[in-house]
Amino acid sequence: MSTPATNTEASETHGHGDISTGVAGGDSNASATRITPGNALRPEDIALEVRTGLAKPSGDVAEYALRLGDDALILAQRLGHWISRAPELEEDVALGNIALDQLGHARSFLTYAGGALGENGTPQSEDDLAYFRREHEFRSAHLFEQPNGDFAATIARQFVVSYYQFELYRRLTGSTDATLAAIAAKAVKEVDYHRDHSAQWVLRLAGGTDESRKRMIHGLKLMWPYVGELFEDDALVTRLAEAGAAVVPSSIREDFDRLTGEVFAEAELEVPDVPSAPGGGRQGKHSEHLGYILAEMQVLAREHPGANW
Amino acid sequence: MTPHGNPEVPASSATEINRSAEKVSPAVEPVETRNAWGLWEVFVRSSRGLSHVHAGSLHAPDAAMALRNARDLYTRRNEGVSIWVVPADAIAASDPDSKGSFFESPQGKDYRHATYYTKSEGVKHL
Repeated sequence: MSTPATNTEASETHGHGDISTGVAGGDSNASATRITPGNALRPEDIALEVRTGLAKPSGDVAEYALRLGDDALILAQRLGHWISRAPELEEDVALGNIALDQLGHARSFLTYAGGALGENGTPQSEDDLAYFRREHEFRSAHLFEQPNGDFAATIARQFVVSYYQFELYRRLTGSTDATLAAIAAKAVKEVDYHRDHSAQWVLRLAGGTDESRKRMIHGLKLMWPYVGELFEDDALVTRLAEAGAAVVPSSIREDFDRLTGEVFAEAELEVPDVPSAPGGGRQGKHSEHLGYILAEMQVLAREHPGANW
Repeated sequence: MTPHGNPEVPASSATEINRSAEKVSPAVEPVETRNAWGLWEVFVRSSRGLSHVHAGSLHAPDAAMALRNARDLYTRRNEGVSIWVVPADAIAASDPDSKGSFFESPQGKDYRHATYYTKSEGVKHL
């Protein structure tokens, strides 16, 4: 992929094979800690399978992967905006890490979806899907495009997202679609940490000063109208779930409510009592926010098609 | 300020101007009285069987967050299987000025090394 952000992600996953020295090698000039690429499913592996025809999603599966991929992509773009702006340097890196995790999931899902979306048998690449689709072609839910707001609002969004994604990916590891199951298996461990991160901050902000508690309550109130859309079923997911490939969103609501409820109880917060927003993201209907996100995200790739740097 | 940034103002009335707001900048406390996060030293064990090695330092308000910040800052490239964090002021360090009395006296005392023993025959891996 050709953006600076994704180059970082790529070099993290496979660029350090030659510098895995460190203390074990006994080299006194080496870094105190060893860097290794580790073994995990990479978007490049999925791209290879899609190109060679080893992994071929059905139209339905591709649409489903597009939904999950767009959720992660839009959130990654939102979180990336915090870089250099977080309240502390350490938190800057934490949010950046979460953004990169989400970008990794987006790349995997979009690459896989592209396998069924191309013309004349050529799959569409992750770049085609990320940079050259228009607003109404995006399938992300409205929660993901909500503005960052202050730190508490971002934490509130992250809290909902991570508890939702954890329950979703945990179940999706049992999907009959091997690629979806594999992406979910990698993602679920990362999202587990995102849960820990956001729950920690909800507790800290709610139990901190009057100001931080007020902001936390306000942030949750801003995000809660968009919770309902995450758990809405439609014909596509029902069809896929019958075949064992997808997770019915409504089936994870109970666990979501229970687990977020535990954090709310510990933080002595109440579940916000706010009406639901209309939603429609899965059908390509978005709020005014998405257009601005896409303008910023897509401008370079559209201005200089095929650019590499 | 975005409408979401200010909990005082409901999001729906974001475009309304708060005319009664004070027109001066808030007073900024001097740095030393601000409740700044403390400094922690981070030790990372790169794999089982090796010892923890000092990797760097970071800021955190308490141990729980120091551990998480350490995870985010120092194990991003698969560096570790275990992390220790220690408050920086809990570490007593040797004085760099007493390098001579502390560390130079063993020099030349090669009888402290096992150099005068002859290796017994048939004893491997010495």
